[in-house]
Amino acid sequence: MKHTLPILIRKEVTQFRRNKVLPRIVVMMPLMLVLVLPLVTQMDVKNISVAFIDHDRSPLTLRMESHLAHSDYFRLCEPVGSFEEAEQMLDDGKVDLVVCIPEHFERDLTLGDPKPILLEANAVNATKGAQGMQYALQTIASAAMEKARERGAAIGTEQLLTVENRYNPTGNYRHFMLPALMIVLLILVCCFLPLLNIMTEKEHGTIEQINVTPVGRLEFILAKLIPYWLLAMVLLAVAMLLAWAVYGLLPAGAAALVFLAAFLFALCISGFAVTIANISDTMQQAIFVMFFFVMLFMLMSGLFTPIDSMPRWAQDITYAFPPRYVIDVFRSVYLKGTLFVELWFDFLMLTLLAVVFNLLATVTYKKQS
Amino acid sequence: MNAFASFVRKECIHILRDPRTMLIVLLMPVVLMMLFGFAISTEIKNIDVAAVATRYTTDVRRDLTALEHNPYVTFKGIIREGEVDAALRCGRCSAVVLFGRDGKRHIVLDASNSSLSASAAIYLRSILTADAAASALPVTTYMRHNPQLKSAYNFVPGVMGLIFILICALMTCVSVVREKESGTMEVLLVSPVRPVYVVLAKMIPYLALSLFNLATILLLSHYVLEMPVAGNLSVLLILCTLYIVLSLFLGLFVSTLAQSQMVALLICAMVMLVPMMMLSGMMFPVENLPPVLKQLTFIVPARWFNDAIRKVMVEGLGFVAIWKELSILFAMALALFVASIKKFKDRLE
Amino acid sequence: MDNIITVSNLTKQFGSFTAVDHITFAVSRGEIFGFLGANGAGKTTAMRMLCGLSKPTSGSGSVAGYDLRTQGEQIKRHIGYMSQRFSLYEDLTVVENMELYGGIYGLSRREVSDRVDQLLTALQFADHRDDLVGSLPLGWKQKLAFMVATVHRPELVFLDEPTGGVDPITRRQFWDLIRAAAAQGTTIFVTTHYMDEAEYCHRISIMVDGQIRALDTPAALRARYGAETMEQVFYRLAREAKRGD
Repeated sequence: MKHTLPILIRKEVTQFRRNKVLPRIVVMMPLMLVLVLPLVTQMDVKNISVAFIDHDRSPLTLRMESHLAHSDYFRLCEPVGSFEEAEQMLDDGKVDLVVCIPEHFERDLTLGDPKPILLEANAVNATKGAQGMQYALQTIASAAMEKARERGAAIGTEQLLTVENRYNPTGNYRHFMLPALMIVLLILVCCFLPLLNIMTEKEHGTIEQINVTPVGRLEFILAKLIPYWLLAMVLLAVAMLLAWAVYGLLPAGAAALVFLAAFLFALCISGFAVTIANISDTMQQAIFVMFFFVMLFMLMSGLFTPIDSMPRWAQDITYAFPPRYVIDVFRSVYLKGTLFVELWFDFLMLTLLAVVFNLLATVTYKKQS
Repeated sequence: MNAFASFVRKECIHILRDPRTMLIVLLMPVVLMMLFGFAISTEIKNIDVAAVATRYTTDVRRDLTALEHNPYVTFKGIIREGEVDAALRCGRCSAVVLFGRDGKRHIVLDASNSSLSASAAIYLRSILTADAAASALPVTTYMRHNPQLKSAYNFVPGVMGLIFILICALMTCVSVVREKESGTMEVLLVSPVRPVYVVLAKMIPYLALSLFNLATILLLSHYVLEMPVAGNLSVLLILCTLYIVLSLFLGLFVSTLAQSQMVALLICAMVMLVPMMMLSGMMFPVENLPPVLKQLTFIVPARWFNDAIRKVMVEGLGFVAIWKELSILFAMALALFVASIKKFKDRLE
Repeated sequence: MDNIITVSNLTKQFGSFTAVDHITFAVSRGEIFGFLGANGAGKTTAMRMLCGLSKPTSGSGSVAGYDLRTQGEQIKRHIGYMSQRFSLYEDLTVVENMELYGGIYGLSRREVSDRVDQLLTALQFADHRDDLVGSLPLGWKQKLAFMVATVHRPELVFLDEPTGGVDPITRRQFWDLIRAAAAQGTTIFVTTHYMDEAEYCHRISIMVDGQIRALDTPAALRARYGAETMEQVFYRLAREAKRGD
């Protein structure tokens, strides 16, 4: 009785249009994700305030101060008298980093017996502290190197090392995050919305009325999901257009790959959503279980932090997470122009997981209890 | 107060009869803490590096050995120059070191993750210029408050903020809306108990759950993640309780706006959770936000909570240091409470 | 007269609780069969088994010629169902609800639209065809639920407590509907705990604590128990009941 499918789909669409809140949220979502969130997801450490205490005031140390002052990463604050004062400022949060140069530093350095420079960073935020420290070390070292060169000293091998940033020459973190945020959009539309939809029918009892009819499980599930798949693809296209219009981000590779991966991903997570809906009794239950897994997915799939940084056992778990693959495809195609054949593993896993989750969904749907 | 007690008991029964949700509610903080503590990290633990080398001088060999033996580098082998782009593109490696004829070295990085690649660049540079390091400046570094650079200090407050909002706001909201939907709310409101107490009765069990979770989180941070709870425990508890209560009122307020569970959940998710996660300083530092968003964070309770918690847990400060955050949180809680009660009364009239 | 429902030792257990305890009965084609009993007696559970919504723990039966345990999906093609909660889509209109179920049961668009017009006129609903179901008062939702259950003219219709919560006039109107459908050959299987409605049925059964304690025409039952009303019959039977009110 395949002809019941269009009827059911029409009902879903009518219900969607009648709902006052849903369409507004659906419009807001790509906008919020693409316009606002990239502004937020900023990992670069900038504007580190530094207290520079110079007991030497030699040309070398003045050069260091100047390098720090001119760096994008740092903001030199008002001169401070003593190290203790600076440390207090550190504790009060007025300053993030303290650099303290001992007396006669340049003189002692040339004599070969210098007292060390003291660097202290506020490490409550470990990442910020560590990176700030790194940059500070680099900046100071480069100042010293420059001075050494001017004196005609031996050119360190440092000179002969150049670095090229490929695929994201502007180092734009937003370009890195945008493809991943589009995936968040897909998760919201293809995972949460169908779940809420099915649970509403369950709680209102209308699902029972359907169970009494000849409508098959597959048809019922498909009728629920197909509109959301289409919606997701449309919203994705809108998000991609917005990303281009606002951030100038276009896929370096084939956009078709992006859509293919997105579609396979939509299949995966909607199957997962239906499975959760099938085994839940109330909406509250379903939402909590779903939220738990979505959080797991989002934290462990390389969205915000790299999979490579996780321990082996955690990395192994992520092989079962669909977002991991689609994030990889999106980023690779968008930023690196990767080809289909090079992403074969991701596509294979996405297809496999789609089959598994949808099988689970059909099997767990019981018309009869 | 007998009626109040029976309301509270009814709410407790509701919760206990739903073991699945309870399980998740109690398990989530544990799982999050474990994840953040052991699995997730923004530090670079591994860089896949390949190399292009045509001549194997002593220098080149030394550098290759350094790369091979470095614990944070996985050496992916020697490739040809023409293969560099393909290797980076398909993700076989994140960086390629090209050893040129004249002793020059060129590192090509997959910069699609710009912050990681910046750190990778620094790190590779330091491996390859080990010589220069010897003639580098003498420097002593201290990491204040967090000598071992534990990222736990960063995320534990964030996890706390998230869990409390989730449990208190979301669950209270859904619980109230459910009663609205099934019509049982009217029965409660018609009872001799004042609406205020009906609503408070709903929150008590969630308050208890949250305090339980708070204890779990603190115990885990201390014993498993080895994060010292530096400050005054009572200050910590007062701060957390205030925040929990605020979240409860927030959930209550949202419930007055929604007519169905679906809508309530969507509002909670869009208007509460996502901004909380993004704008509270939990995952991304507030300082780097553009000015407009920075202003917005002033109304995000989680932001103030985060600031205060860090001061108390990590820096060991006391009441005085967090008075500003405390008063803001208190004011927000009060405002939400008043607004919710007012909306409730409006419904009855 | 052939039987459209036959059931033999049908049982449903939930853990250690036996909701339906080895019931055996048959329903003839075209009759109005009342399935009476107090709340908690097991009526709805039994009905759900007959509709294919619930799997029997043991026992056997057939509905509309199909086996209860193995041919559930075929049964569904031949029956209509109206649940206790009149499960209609509140955010769809009257017509949209009917068209949905008409289509589901395989009626062509033309057939559906004709049937919709027919039913709406017959029930004097025509003015409300485009109203959202959520805005209708209870009595109207009831009628709509009945229309939805019979839109495809099934041989057998299951009605679960269809007259709950409405005024006596509406209740009587509803039974006029039921009788009209029966007159056209539809078999009606209706559960209720309103004992006066029993008089409208051809035969009734009374369930107590999961078992059928009585099965006959209303007149015969009244005679057997020496009662003037079905209510009295019921009191006499249900005095021993351990479950329900």
